[in-house]
Amino acid sequence: MATAKSNISIVGERNASPSPGRTTSGANSVSASDLASTRRRVVDAQNISLTFETADGRVDALSNVNLQVAEGDFVSFIGPSGCGKTTMLRVIADLQQPSSGSLLVNGMTAEQARLARAYGYVFQAPALFPWRTIEKNLKLPLEIMGYTEFEQQQRVERYLAMVNLTGFERKFPWQLSGGMQQRVSIARALSFDPALLLMDEPFGALDEIVRDHLNEQLLHLWKSTGKTVLFVTHSIPEAVFLSTKIVVMSPRPGRIIDIIDCDFPVDRSVEIRETPEFLKVAQRVRNGLRAGHSYDE
Amino acid sequence: MTSSALALPARTSRPWAQHPLVARYAPVLTMIAALIAIWYVAAIAMNWSLVRDGFEREETPYTTLDILSGTMDAERPLLPSPHQIVNAFIDGVFGYPPLAPRSLIYHSLVTLSATLLGFVLGALFGIALALMIVHSRVLERSLLPWIICSQMVPVLALAPIFIVALGALGLHGLLPKSIISAYLCFFPIAIGMVKGLTSPDPLQLELMRTWSATPRQVLWKLRWPASVPYLFASLKVAVSISLVGAIVAELPTGAEAGIGARLLSGSYYGQSIQLWAALVAAAVLASGLIGIVGLIEQSVARRMGAH
Repeated sequence: MATAKSNISIVGERNASPSPGRTTSGANSVSASDLASTRRRVVDAQNISLTFETADGRVDALSNVNLQVAEGDFVSFIGPSGCGKTTMLRVIADLQQPSSGSLLVNGMTAEQARLARAYGYVFQAPALFPWRTIEKNLKLPLEIMGYTEFEQQQRVERYLAMVNLTGFERKFPWQLSGGMQQRVSIARALSFDPALLLMDEPFGALDEIVRDHLNEQLLHLWKSTGKTVLFVTHSIPEAVFLSTKIVVMSPRPGRIIDIIDCDFPVDRSVEIRETPEFLKVAQRVRNGLRAGHSYDE
Repeated sequence: MTSSALALPARTSRPWAQHPLVARYAPVLTMIAALIAIWYVAAIAMNWSLVRDGFEREETPYTTLDILSGTMDAERPLLPSPHQIVNAFIDGVFGYPPLAPRSLIYHSLVTLSATLLGFVLGALFGIALALMIVHSRVLERSLLPWIICSQMVPVLALAPIFIVALGALGLHGLLPKSIISAYLCFFPIAIGMVKGLTSPDPLQLELMRTWSATPRQVLWKLRWPASVPYLFASLKVAVSISLVGAIVAELPTGAEAGIGARLLSGSYYGQSIQLWAALVAAAVLASGLIGIVGLIEQSVARRMGAH
């Protein structure tokens, strides 16, 4: 299961200036020479289970999930509908509470991590506020967290440039395409510089071409910011292309059936999808999905 | 292209029909013309026996034509003809100094002041109720039935009680009328705002949670702006209802001034033309108020990125 851990370079785009309302714990910068084993654990989940009662009976959304994510990892969750990948993300984000098990996010409980604004969350829909301009949408989390007007403006400029949307500050969301709106929501999640980026099928509603383009942009973003990313997806190529680690999940009960390390060079481009190594990993993901899924139903 | 080629030969003989102004206003004007025509016919039919009896009482010889012209300008007709109403309205508005007791402007201002005060009170009360209901399940269960019950009591029965009770407390004139007006108009605002404040998308609420926003921030940065379209929809209903409330409040007290007072004295003394002129004044006032709310709505919507 464990192939050699990839040696991810964490590029120091990290903002060291302390910002109000945000409490960061521990070391903030990790040099590229750090070994995988010494990297800080951003997510440490032990035996997470989550069951809830529905009209049709008990549903095991998650069953004994163990997962460790080191700082700087790009982890994809893949699996059929109902396998609990979104639920897992929501548990980490403290949007849902597990029935049992222990969970540390950034060394804190999930609730503490949420209150400390340790993560940015990107939903499948952009969920922009239609009455706010793009600029104002980006400022929203910053306003809530009490950043100064000056710093808000600086961050808007920096993160809009990062998602290639400079010049759209005064537009309203409806004036942007779906892909552009999703980029705004990614910039918004990054704007307060959280250590962790949680993405729930962010490109699921977009067409293939836009999706490829955004995948490359996301990869570039991840390289330049050194964020830890947890990424839920339906798409095998997307998962293999983006990730350092692929978590294959299976439904009824929702559980992890395989964790695949993916050690493509950091400077990968879409072309690597044609290479044998890529296809081999993709094949393994596919096999995992097939093994965990009964198609007889 | 093809459909126009296949169409019947173009009716180029009437180019004025294609003019945008004609296209826009012709249907409305046609409807109004038809209504006025029906009104005249109705006025003739309803006033006919009245006028004929008048001639017979005075034992003067008369022809059908005399009756016909008599129905058009009887002094106390059953149904005044449109031009009589228009004349009375214009006379009421322009024929006297604005603050003279016979001026419609004076009476309109009296009613308008009660309407506006009642509207503001009702809007504040309605919004406050909605805020409480949205933030507390217990209050929702305990308040909502009372709010709905309050609107089932006929206001015509309630108004005298209010006015007598408030009069005993030494409150006369403007405030009791405003309270009745507010009593009527808070309801659509409360209901609309409950809907509006709960209208944000679940994703937007969850985003606020991931940023650990305080309840106050959720209210001002999400729930309140999301409720603005609902607020204006209910304000438009409420402003006309508060006018009705103010007029109704003028009826049981025998108020000397206000549109309600004009309606009452008109019906006491059989001054049907005065009655109708006051009705027109109320209608003009109501559409003016709704128009103003609509204009404010448009400018707010434009600033909030509506397209």
